[in-house]
Amino acid sequence: MSTVTLVHNRIQLALHCLRDGSERPLLLLHGLGEQSPSAAPDWTAEWPGPVYALDFTGHGDSTVPIGGGYSAELLLGDADAALSHLGEATVVGRGLGAYIALMLAGAQPASVHGTVLCDGPGLSGGAIVPTSTSFVNIAPPYSAPDPYALVDLSRDPRPPDYAVLFARLALDHSQLAEPISVAAIVRPPWLAAVANEVGVVERSLAASLLAYARD
Amino acid sequence: MGEPTPRSLHRVTLVEYPGAQAPDRQRDVVVGGVRIAVHEWGSEQDDPIFLVHGGFDFGRTYDVFAPLLAAAGWRVITWDQRGHGDSAQCALYSLDADLRDMIGVMASTTSRPAVVVGHSKGGAMSVQLADAQPFRFSHFVNIDGLPSRRPMTDLAAHERTRMLSSDITGWLQHRRLSATLERKPDTLDGLARRRGKQNPRLSLEWLRYLVTVGARHDDDGWRWKIDPSMRHGGFGPWRPEWTASRLPGLGMPFLGILAREQEPMGWGNTADDIRPYLPAGGRLELFEDTGHFVHIERPNETAAMILDFLDRGR
Repeated sequence: MSTVTLVHNRIQLALHCLRDGSERPLLLLHGLGEQSPSAAPDWTAEWPGPVYALDFTGHGDSTVPIGGGYSAELLLGDADAALSHLGEATVVGRGLGAYIALMLAGAQPASVHGTVLCDGPGLSGGAIVPTSTSFVNIAPPYSAPDPYALVDLSRDPRPPDYAVLFARLALDHSQLAEPISVAAIVRPPWLAAVANEVGVVERSLAASLLAYARD
Repeated sequence: MGEPTPRSLHRVTLVEYPGAQAPDRQRDVVVGGVRIAVHEWGSEQDDPIFLVHGGFDFGRTYDVFAPLLAAAGWRVITWDQRGHGDSAQCALYSLDADLRDMIGVMASTTSRPAVVVGHSKGGAMSVQLADAQPFRFSHFVNIDGLPSRRPMTDLAAHERTRMLSSDITGWLQHRRLSATLERKPDTLDGLARRRGKQNPRLSLEWLRYLVTVGARHDDDGWRWKIDPSMRHGGFGPWRPEWTASRLPGLGMPFLGILAREQEPMGWGNTADDIRPYLPAGGRLELFEDTGHFVHIERPNETAAMILDFLDRGR
């Protein structure tokens, strides 16, 4: 495994190359509290190109910043930095990474060549109505995964209509007919709404990768 | 959260403004590792009032307003939110992080319920904290910081998607460059005039004063101290009505102050938008012919109204 360091504002992001190759890359986005795998997972064996995995801010080998302040939109910036480095990629996201993968597909529809949304930690996010949120201050030092990341990103709201906007951006502007694949079994409200959009397909991770490798 | 540490006063005010008074004391509070610059007016023995500034402002925008409250026998405390003024510039910014910092500043000052006055974004922040931690509030004054409208409800779905697309594109382009961004330098007058585009009702004299307390003078000119990685606008799931929906349940005495004149930095609300959400016994007062920065345009009237509200509650 080799690693390149990408700069996103004051964060240094670790982008790991889990397997070399010359075709279109596969980019893996981990779940909340996880980090990139140390080797290409078995389910990537049939993928014809290289396999990369990104450690989000506060996770794995990426910077753990002081004082928290995480949001899904910030992690979209992380994923965009990785995509900018790779040029074009097919993206597989687990849990929190699935939500970020959806956002990335909508934000960069010309560069994301298919997205697969999978189960994993942090899939649901927080309440989608105002709540009397608790606040806790955590003194440093802290190591990855950043406890503030676990707090902030486990409760960031993901209204279904907000998630659907990203899905529609991908559907409207991707070169693919079916740019979003839902492989997750669990369907929090945002994912149920996305899965319900015309053009979003529900199929296994293996079937999704096979389709995107051919397209 | 860390212990407050005293900080010496190094500022040199090059421009005078009628009624403006530098803080009597300044200190740092370290909250979760983030250094927050705190400014105070009035006796430390008096009851505290916390002033919460708006987005892209800083604590010393209260240099005229805070001394009026201090002169009436209050200890007035404000702070620069992370990334603003003299507080630390951070890798991450969010409303929750701002609220954690606010709790740190309040807890470093008192463990008793206190008066909170929030303006604009600081008002919206304070609504959320008043709901989450009501034990910190004895009274709550919100100055033109009551978002309630649904700005996109009357837009067709394809228009919403297009707006979001342009928001995302602009934001991601900014993030790709943010590691190397610097605030643009200018002359003192130039910086004041640029801020005047966002604050069109405020006098150039006041804006020039703000430059001397909110910007730094480098070899190539004046720059606002605010973190260059921060920018206006953006996108996210937050809905204005989420703030408004927390209002009816607030139990502390509440005074809302609303500016009649709309401005670029304002929320665009009317009294009719806000009244349905007022908490029981809450007051809503309108300032005619006044813009978003009510306490700067009308410092004496605003302070008198707040002091009257506090006297009635005592």
